[in-house]
Amino acid sequence: MFDWLHEMFSYTFISRALLVGMIVSLAAALLGVSLVLKRYSMIGDGLSHVGFGALAIAMVLGAAPLAFTIPVVVIAALILLRLSETSKIKGDAAIGMIATAALAIGVTVLSLAKGVNADISSYLFGSILVMSRDDVTLSLALGGAVLILFVLFYRRIFTVTFDEAFARATGLKAGLYNTLIATLTAVTIVLGMRLMGAMLISSLIIFPALTAMRLCKSFLRVTLTAAIVSLVSFFIGMSISYLLSTPAGASVVLVNALFFLAFSLIAKLRTRVQ
Amino acid sequence: MALLSVKDAAFAYDGLVVLSGVTFDVNPGDYLCIVGENGSGKSTLMKGLLRLVKPVRGSIRLGEGLSQDEIGYLPQQNLTQRDFPASVKEVVESGIRGKQLFLSHADRQRAQDMMDLLEISPFKHRSFMELSGGQRQRVLLARALCATGKLLLLDEPTAGLDPVVARDLYKLIEKINQEQGIAIIMISHDVHTAALYASTILHLRQTPLFYGKPDEYLNTYHGQCFAGGVCDV
Ligand SMILES: Nc1ncnc2c1ncn2[C@@H]1O[C@H](COP(=O)(O)OP(=O)(O)O)[C@@H](O)[C@H]1O
Ligand SMILES: [Mg+2]
Repeated sequence: MFDWLHEMFSYTFISRALLVGMIVSLAAALLGVSLVLKRYSMIGDGLSHVGFGALAIAMVLGAAPLAFTIPVVVIAALILLRLSETSKIKGDAAIGMIATAALAIGVTVLSLAKGVNADISSYLFGSILVMSRDDVTLSLALGGAVLILFVLFYRRIFTVTFDEAFARATGLKAGLYNTLIATLTAVTIVLGMRLMGAMLISSLIIFPALTAMRLCKSFLRVTLTAAIVSLVSFFIGMSISYLLSTPAGASVVLVNALFFLAFSLIAKLRTRVQ
Repeated sequence: MALLSVKDAAFAYDGLVVLSGVTFDVNPGDYLCIVGENGSGKSTLMKGLLRLVKPVRGSIRLGEGLSQDEIGYLPQQNLTQRDFPASVKEVVESGIRGKQLFLSHADRQRAQDMMDLLEISPFKHRSFMELSGGQRQRVLLARALCATGKLLLLDEPTAGLDPVVARDLYKLIEKINQEQGIAIIMISHDVHTAALYASTILHLRQTPLFYGKPDEYLNTYHGQCFAGGVCDV
């Protein structure tokens, strides 16, 4: 009955995609809790668009995709963070502007370069065929670093996320932790972007956190639940994609959406019972 | 040497001075109450003491071995965090300062002691957001106490609470002040209560209008006016 599982893992490209995807899902879910609570989830969306533009340029120039894209997106993350810190309303509009401009640059560059044209949809909506062995190694190393930093600074991330004024007042360098979160988010988005697609990657940040918040009332539980939901969604999504030949990124997002609906339903039922 | 010494401090936003000429001292064990109408610069002064806002003139000095990150702070309520998932224990423990990344056993014990002191231990595993206003303020007070053993800054801690709950909170603050010897700087709307508990009153309206003992304050023009007497401002 589970022969398909065995068969799925026998494809190298699928194993690679699963490995990288799992670590990206985990990192995205952890960072997502903080980003959603700080109302910074727009940044994730903006960064994926910038990532698309940078990736397109890297492809056309023949540069190493990750090595080129990661620094560009990290810089964009720092700029977007400043924008949303200084002025909430204009910050939103500015993120939208930068995001769509980067998207336009990406599409233009890709269509001007001969031969790459056919691949636009795989950049936008993801492809599991793109990962080289070096990519996998780099992804695992960076993804691992994101996870370790998150665990090390978990307590401070909570303090800053919950109440920035208090955190600053008691000597915590809130700006530093915001920068850390933005940087880790940028790295995570780039790592997951080609797999999930530039249009879909930010869902990995938003969905698990919101899903977990339907049912969990402590930060630790929300964080752990988001991580588990994200991992499970990714695995189910990839399996569906393999079995039904649906696009991988979209399948993962749909499973995430189903989890959100299920958790919302349970929350509704629970309040009705009480 | 005072715990905190403010000399001729002034504060501005975008070049516009909102508060100036502030001079006062806070000694160990003092209880200073800052009163004044909305927009008179009370919160700004408190943020200045915490270095969240820089003074454009004058100086703010710490003494008696007090360091900047040893000041407990209870911010003015902001309701943007209404749906934040956090347990009472998580919130209280987030007040613990220190260089280490994880909490030690002693840290957890300290948080537990503060929860016992403020009588919130029975619901330490409940969601912070689901508590009543009075319970929530006690949780934030416990968090502030985790951060300090010397000086507490409270920005309108009883705003929005009903009178009975507010009185209980004032009693707790008094207990902290007297039993632990922690100095208090509190912003309050309620002059009568301020006069009842505080050792010193500072009345602000863009600049100090009064600075002195509570009983003197109630005899001044501004004191009577602010306490609900007849006056024309
Ligand atoms: N972040 C800010 N930017 C600009 N002006 C501010 C800011 N915070 C407060 N103000 C202004 O400074 C003055 C004092 O505000 P505040 O210290 O909050 O008063 P209070 O706490 O006494 O009600 C008010 O006129 C207010 O509008
Ligand atoms: Mg105020």
